[in-house]
Amino acid sequence: MEFKDYYKIMGVSRDATQDEIKRAYRKLARKYHPDVSKEPDAEEKFKQLGEAYEVLKDPEKRAAYDRLGANWKAGQEFHPPPDWDAGFEFHGGGFTGAESADFSDFFESLFGGGFRQAGGARGGFHARGQDTHAKVLIDLEDAYHGAVRQITLQSPRLDPGGHVVTRQRTLKVNIPKGVREGQRIRLAGQGSPGVGQGPAGDLYLEIAFKPHSLYRVEGKDVYLELPVTPWEAALGGRVKVPTPGGVLDLKIPAGSNTGRKMRLKGKGIPAREPGDFYVELKVMTPPAENDAQKALYRQMAEQFHYNPRSALGV
Amino acid sequence: MSELEQKIHEGLLLDESCELTLAELSRACAMHGDWVLELVEEGILEPRGLTPADWRFAPSALRRARIVRNLQQDLGVNLAGAALAVELLEELERLRARLGCG
Repeated sequence: MEFKDYYKIMGVSRDATQDEIKRAYRKLARKYHPDVSKEPDAEEKFKQLGEAYEVLKDPEKRAAYDRLGANWKAGQEFHPPPDWDAGFEFHGGGFTGAESADFSDFFESLFGGGFRQAGGARGGFHARGQDTHAKVLIDLEDAYHGAVRQITLQSPRLDPGGHVVTRQRTLKVNIPKGVREGQRIRLAGQGSPGVGQGPAGDLYLEIAFKPHSLYRVEGKDVYLELPVTPWEAALGGRVKVPTPGGVLDLKIPAGSNTGRKMRLKGKGIPAREPGDFYVELKVMTPPAENDAQKALYRQMAEQFHYNPRSALGV
Repeated sequence: MSELEQKIHEGLLLDESCELTLAELSRACAMHGDWVLELVEEGILEPRGLTPADWRFAPSALRRARIVRNLQQDLGVNLAGAALAVELLEELERLRARLGCG
């Protein structure tokens, strides 16, 4: 087990006041909150921060942690010294419920005892298990065709002795055709187990799309920037368009230009009311690589007398 | 410990046609029904139906409610602040989607 330097995680010195610790927590929590942050590892950072704060905000836990000494370095192999917590009594206060089961082994080894007692199933007491939530990342194509995806969940459980153990569980889930980002799938009875004879809670899976190299998605509409040649744009013509549902033919009207948006009705995500597929044209200028090609461009310059900057007054 | 379940689970997709009751919503947020009532009073959630017993929430309410709960619990934001944050976050999300930067 690795030693965790809670002071370093929170960016405060070992003699920081409780107020300084609280301020540091608030500031970092806003920065790394998974609902707010766009940092790639926000969730992990937020979890570590929560664990560090759980210890440092509570004078009892902080004093016990401090007693381990200042010589430990983050990442160093750690075993709690025997009786390290003798003389400390950890009260339930401040060590709150479900999220704490996500804390590290390091935390568990130091402060796990109180929680175990608190969470132990008592005879004759029945309650429905908690609903749990997880995110599942799918490809946009999965939303078009439907798919079976395997997801791995880390779920904290209480073993028969009342100890918190992390159990890894792999579920195969059917992703129905037509799902959109942010929607949820409810799996009845796949949440936390009930207490006593109580039924298990439900598992909610939130759908998120992996970023796609071609398409961008807004709700159930899908957008594609489609490169076309100047002659396709000017003269019109039929071109092939890739969509997550397969290749389609698109008729480009004569006189089109960059930025022209065309809608393929019902070719977005095939929800109950299907979304639309939008193509935005982007005219690409072919490079003039040989004399004949250069001559053609010169000929165009002579024929067109076209000033694309006339609206700019130059 | 790893447990491989070969069974393919069929879930219920919470799409537009699927609504949540007050009990389902509060349970999914692990919060008391009174807290959901506060969210309705603040205008964060707008259920269909006249009385709490008849209320039906759109599935998007679950996402909103959970964000509000997280902001309240983790950042100490009050309800009005959380309401504002949720609206700004949704706006930000729309703009990001439009930029195609996911």
